Amino acid sequence: MSGLNSGDKKLRNNALTIFSAAALAVCLWLAPTFIDAYKVRIINLIAINAILGLSLNLIYGMGGMFSLGHSGFMAIGAYVSAILIITPDQKQLMWILDPISPWVMNLQAPFLLSLIAAGVAAAFFGVLISIPVLRLGGDYLGIATLGFSEIIRILITNLTPITNGPLGLKGIPPHASLLMSYGCLAVMLLCVTRLMRSNFGNVVRAVRDDEVAAKTMGIDTFRIRVLVFTLGCFGGGVGGALMGNLITTIDPKMFMITQTYSLLMIVVVGGLGSMTGSVVGAILITTMLEWLRFVENPITIGSLNIPGIPGMRMVIFSVLLIAVIIFRREGIMGMREFSWGWLLRDAKKGGAK
Amino acid sequence: MDINMFMQHFINALGLGSLYGLIAIGYTMVYGILRLINFAHGDIFMLGAYFVFFATVQFKLPWMLGVAIAIIGTTLCGLLVDRIAYRPLRSAPRISALISAIGVSFFIENIAVVIFSGMPRPVVQPPLLMEAFSISGIRLVPLALMVPAISFMIVTALLWMIYRTKSGLAMRSISFDIETTRLMGVSVDRIIALTFAIGSALAAVAGIMWALRYPRVEPFMGIMPGFKAFIAAVFGGIGSIPGAMLGGLSLGFVEIMSVAFFPKLSGYRDAFAFLLLVVILLVKPTGLMGEKLEDKI
Amino acid sequence: MSNENDFALRLDGVTIQFGGLVAVNDLTMNVPRKGIIGLIGPNGAGKTSAFNVITGFYKPNKGYVEFRGRDGAVSRITGLPPHRVCQAGLARTFQNIRLFGSETAIQNVMIGSYVRQRGRWWMNLVPFTFPGASREEEEIRANALALLERLGLGAYAETPASSLPYGAQRRLEIARALATKPEFLLLDEPAAGMNPQESAELLKFIRSLRDEFDLSILLIEHDMKVVMGVCEYIWVLDQGTLIADGSPEDIRMNPKVVEAYLGKEAAHA
Repeated sequence: MSGLNSGDKKLRNNALTIFSAAALAVCLWLAPTFIDAYKVRIINLIAINAILGLSLNLIYGMGGMFSLGHSGFMAIGAYVSAILIITPDQKQLMWILDPISPWVMNLQAPFLLSLIAAGVAAAFFGVLISIPVLRLGGDYLGIATLGFSEIIRILITNLTPITNGPLGLKGIPPHASLLMSYGCLAVMLLCVTRLMRSNFGNVVRAVRDDEVAAKTMGIDTFRIRVLVFTLGCFGGGVGGALMGNLITTIDPKMFMITQTYSLLMIVVVGGLGSMTGSVVGAILITTMLEWLRFVENPITIGSLNIPGIPGMRMVIFSVLLIAVIIFRREGIMGMREFSWGWLLRDAKKGGAK
Repeated sequence: MDINMFMQHFINALGLGSLYGLIAIGYTMVYGILRLINFAHGDIFMLGAYFVFFATVQFKLPWMLGVAIAIIGTTLCGLLVDRIAYRPLRSAPRISALISAIGVSFFIENIAVVIFSGMPRPVVQPPLLMEAFSISGIRLVPLALMVPAISFMIVTALLWMIYRTKSGLAMRSISFDIETTRLMGVSVDRIIALTFAIGSALAAVAGIMWALRYPRVEPFMGIMPGFKAFIAAVFGGIGSIPGAMLGGLSLGFVEIMSVAFFPKLSGYRDAFAFLLLVVILLVKPTGLMGEKLEDKI
Repeated sequence: MSNENDFALRLDGVTIQFGGLVAVNDLTMNVPRKGIIGLIGPNGAGKTSAFNVITGFYKPNKGYVEFRGRDGAVSRITGLPPHRVCQAGLARTFQNIRLFGSETAIQNVMIGSYVRQRGRWWMNLVPFTFPGASREEEEIRANALALLERLGLGAYAETPASSLPYGAQRRLEIARALATKPEFLLLDEPAAGMNPQESAELLKFIRSLRDEFDLSILLIEHDMKVVMGVCEYIWVLDQGTLIADGSPEDIRMNPKVVEAYLGKEAAHA
């Protein structure tokens, strides 16, 4: 970009960002009046999946910690938020297996506060888990976090007085509107971008790339890891809470390992370590998973009747995951990030041709 | 609890534990050589159970033939998985192979739903194995004794193979240093394939016996035993075959006995394995019989 | 050494064993303030193991390491984890360069200065909240750039470390170590893989570093020209044991050293 100095460029980029964010906000605000509810829901799900993907990417792509426990942290967030915003009367009716414990019944908080509480609760468990588990390297970490998320699920299934056990929670107030989900995503994107562009971000990547060298540079790598893991768990909790608010019912089965796999897919397809990648991955994978539902539904073309094939959706999904990892390991974005400079330069080149 | 009850539980634990052990051996061998958690191993185990189900229940073949078909079929599937999903990633970062393994696991589970349907199906047990008899008041069925007996025979044979044959030597040397072994003229890919074949065959045997003990099959039956067997492998010391068996038995005993003595905990049964994993990783990350792997500075 | 009490670093009876193998055996040595000291010996003599003990990667089975800061306070650094050793003021480079390959040169140096950074991670989450922290970030960047320029790497600031030429990578590793504001620098084979002209430049460079940054330097080196040219005092290890120490001239003449390097016949020839 000739002709502009760096300060001007910064100004231009900020202006472009603010302008496009505002444009997107208007679109999202208008969307429910023009688009049918099903599509609105998918658009909403994209934002939530982007938040979840981004938080997993923080742990895995940027922090280099292979965690398979994200669904567990989502579960914690979803339950904490749901318990805080469902009214005591509703709760009284819902707990039929075991009587609800009184303090759970009377706990109440407004929605935004419940979101933060969800994140904090997930982060708390994140610290608790990461301190023993992060002493392990690489793939042991994956299996241990997976174990923890299973334990969390089993606890939720069995601690009926607090969680209503296998029946789950129903009738969660649907606070996760389009603007709310995308607002959360925007805040998260801003924070993660700021964080990863600061020197702390350099340090996080350094710990990921070469732990020994990072230690030699005076970095307490263990502390950095615990911190990054915890931040990722916070995001997972918030994402889980939003998910619960979108679907309005939650139960332990929702948070099986499959849930983590789809997040992993988002992160891997988008590009490990790329925030842009996580958003792009969320858009692609969410739409694809919805679109693939048609293979499981019966289709009638003229007089031809094709019965739905249950399981086919996940078969295609898993083949795609294997194909991406074998043929394009770096995903769509690699480690690159979106920037206005990149977009404009490209557009100019394209225009000149 | 009287002694009879205890002995029942004991035999049960021995059976479950040796099944975990058989599956764990597959994990431990692959991990020892490739440093890869073969996430699909539990699903290979599931395939073994399905093969024997189709051969004997659907096609009414004799049991021995069914077992042979199941072992061969499962072994071929294991080899296929290695060839398609892992071999292209040998030189890639280890985490890539791990993600590929997760993809394969997911694929096998869901293709099983597509082909076999998601419904659980009952397995008919051969009556010969179910005729109860009693030894000094303890009621037993032959199956309950057969499972640990076969498992121990297999482990012995495997140990002999690894420590007394050329292929076994090649395996051990690959687990030390894959590149040097390649330079020594060993066909590394063949030995790795052999490892997958052995692991899958053992998983098939475990799958068959699992299908007999808990007489039903379903596409997701491999997930939990798979995870637990991996934990057993870590507990016993990953890379060590006797360790895998020991880990499997320990896990079997922890699960059966804790529920036997504290029935209230039965809802948490699946959590014990994971708890055991966390404890062992904290106390002795190398497991009971494992060796230390150190990074060079 | 002549002046026993003016040390910057002292090893006392350090022994390291790996199983049955004794990597370093009862090593006692010291490095004076502002000295440039060489640690030499044939392959497998235990030089890098000694470095790893000093920087906290290995715990010695016996003995201890003491460090004296510029303020004169003596602290025992044995048993400290590596990052605490760095915080105490010791920085090192590696024999096989260990840069953060996917980071740019300037990012590598900035990572080095993190240990002295006062602003915390959350201060930069939201813009304009902690002006002090933002200013510090800018200072760190400016200082990193200045350091790169000082080491002749200014042109490479925005290049990923892994795509730098070999010599530049070696210098970048030193720049990164300097960014931690050390009082003591350990260089593990700084001249490895350099041609004679490059290593001659390195000699000058190491001396100027010592003066400019007020450092004490301990270096491991195979290239005898470099060792003899730059070191004021030399310690020789063979098979984990100290076999000689003295000025470069003494070491050059010492038959034990020649024997350790070239074998018995050469020593008697």
